[in-house]
Amino acid sequence: MLRAGIIGLGKMGLSHLAIANTHPEIRLTAVCDTTNYLLDVLAKYTGVKTYSNYKKMLVEEQLDCVFVATPSKYHVEIVDAALERNLHVFCEKPFGMNPSDGYRLADLAESKGLANQVGYHYRFVAAFNEAKRLLDLDAIGDIHHVRIEAYGPVVLRKTGATWRSKRSEGGGCLFDYACHAIDLVNYVVGRPSSVSGTVLNSVFSSDVDDEVYSTLQFPGGASGQLAANWSDDSYRKMSVKLSMWGTNGRISADRQELQIYVRSLPKRIDSLSVGWNVRYTTELTPPVWFYARGEEYSAQIDHFVQCITNGKGTVSSFRSASDASLVAALMRTDADKFRTPIQIFGNAPGVAPITGKVGEKSRERSLIARLLRGERR
Amino acid sequence: MASTPESQHRMDRIIFGDNQFFGVNHMSEEKARAQAMRFQDIDAVIAVLNDAYFEGIKTFMCTTHERISSVCDHFRIHQQRYPGYKFYPCMPYAHKYANAAAEHGMLGALRNFLPQENALGALLSGGLSLARKDIEGLAGLLIDAEMKMFAGLDTPVVFLQNVATDFLLGLGFDEAFRIFAAHVRERYGAEPGFITMNAPRLLKKLTLLGIENPIICANINKIDFRMCGGQQAYEEIMTQGRCRLIAMSVFASGAVAPEQALEYVCKYSNIESIVFGASSRRNIAQTVKFIERFDMNR
Repeated sequence: MLRAGIIGLGKMGLSHLAIANTHPEIRLTAVCDTTNYLLDVLAKYTGVKTYSNYKKMLVEEQLDCVFVATPSKYHVEIVDAALERNLHVFCEKPFGMNPSDGYRLADLAESKGLANQVGYHYRFVAAFNEAKRLLDLDAIGDIHHVRIEAYGPVVLRKTGATWRSKRSEGGGCLFDYACHAIDLVNYVVGRPSSVSGTVLNSVFSSDVDDEVYSTLQFPGGASGQLAANWSDDSYRKMSVKLSMWGTNGRISADRQELQIYVRSLPKRIDSLSVGWNVRYTTELTPPVWFYARGEEYSAQIDHFVQCITNGKGTVSSFRSASDASLVAALMRTDADKFRTPIQIFGNAPGVAPITGKVGEKSRERSLIARLLRGERR
Repeated sequence: MASTPESQHRMDRIIFGDNQFFGVNHMSEEKARAQAMRFQDIDAVIAVLNDAYFEGIKTFMCTTHERISSVCDHFRIHQQRYPGYKFYPCMPYAHKYANAAAEHGMLGALRNFLPQENALGALLSGGLSLARKDIEGLAGLLIDAEMKMFAGLDTPVVFLQNVATDFLLGLGFDEAFRIFAAHVRERYGAEPGFITMNAPRLLKKLTLLGIENPIICANINKIDFRMCGGQQAYEEIMTQGRCRLIAMSVFASGAVAPEQALEYVCKYSNIESIVFGASSRRNIAQTVKFIERFDMNR
């Protein structure tokens, strides 16, 4: 039995609590949060031991592992303290807004032989794993283009009362939302070697970005495009889609299904037909012992437990999560740098001036316009 | 509990579901979006409910999605057209709360969903409930807010949605099940129902809590899709009669052919009802026909 503590009881912390609490190899020992009414309610109705100070919890409780699900800006400090006490650590994404912190913690966890995992749950979605398996078997030949898209309804109004709307606390679409998309690309395709043309726009937020667009370059010469927008309520919930084009066809995958088109039968796979093939989540997803909100949330916790027990590395480690933070940080740097766009001048012979709503908005948002007004990002 | 009058409510064999109306499809996002577009017009929803009614389906099991209130309006205005029509509300519509919690924080989200009219009194009452850690008062307020759209309609069973049920089950927040059951019985004279993906575990818990022979709605399909706890445990509850089972997701989002899917669920004696969603009269009629045919062999 692994004795577990949970630090941070927001949406993800409560979700981890509900799932971990049912795991046959976990004994939920204590939880910690700074919201006293929540602690009181949990103590009264579930009997769990509660703390409002995580340091006190780490000192007083005999734990084997902790789940860290606080707002992002506290991750590094808490993970540091937990590793110091030789605990296996599962931390929510993103892992360290500054990648160098993440790599340092990865070194520390690895040197101590402690299981370390980050909650990039798309790594546990069956359709994406099937995409990775097919890609690794050269199903679509050499990849030449990758497209990753993430859309959903998080920020839909100008007012935002939580840490997600504050850049200093790790808010913003890039670090809190697009990081899932970046991590998924790193996992399935491999880490890009550089990024360019990054645009971070705000739609409603005053302090953070609500949409991210970026071009990716991969070591083998393939290109990629990332689009993420958390102000899109035409999606019922977060929706991530990964598409890859190769010399022998194309793969598209989302949480529900995987579609693969192959031009000729791949040598190492006998289950495909030439042309379109579709695999659904209903056939791809292995069962879990307890379902709360999607198999992947249960599967990632079970994986963490199995890695602690077997002493194996996790598939979503501090190191791989730091790679995602690194790519995100590169995108922010890229978006902030001065660019010299190739402009179409309205007075060029035969070229009509830019008109309409999009024209106005683009001019308003252009870096040059902002710089002219003396603004800095 | 068997002696309370509301437990006499006899559920229809076939119940109509609402996933197809709200862009929920567990197999294809494209299909889900196409459905969301078609059913954006509430008249299109009502037309399908009419089709189902003419095929003999007189119970609509639906989430407390805000768009359902327009459906409720229609059935209230035209009550004489639908004699014996029943709604089985399923609450809460989880995405509404999850999205609000991400935007406003947890307390902010709760405040958002407390009744708007008489806001001061409601907020005060909500605030006091929290201060006294009296979840019961708060839960009552939230349930009443969700039930408001069904005023004047027949709601003999009220369900706790699976995200809520399974989340509370995981937390070990047992009292919430008792509070929910007591409130829907006392306030609405309705039987409490529980939707879950973990039926064996839930039944064990509800039995321990003294909620006997509960109405449980769970995924039951030939390919064990989202039937957590294992096939054997499900087989037991499907044959033993310790709860009143409603089978949902019998087609596993289209992964099982209709005839096979329905033959499978119809052979279990303890499955009292089958809930399914469809968008065309042809599919509705076909499903009804299959169930009636397989039921003759029971």
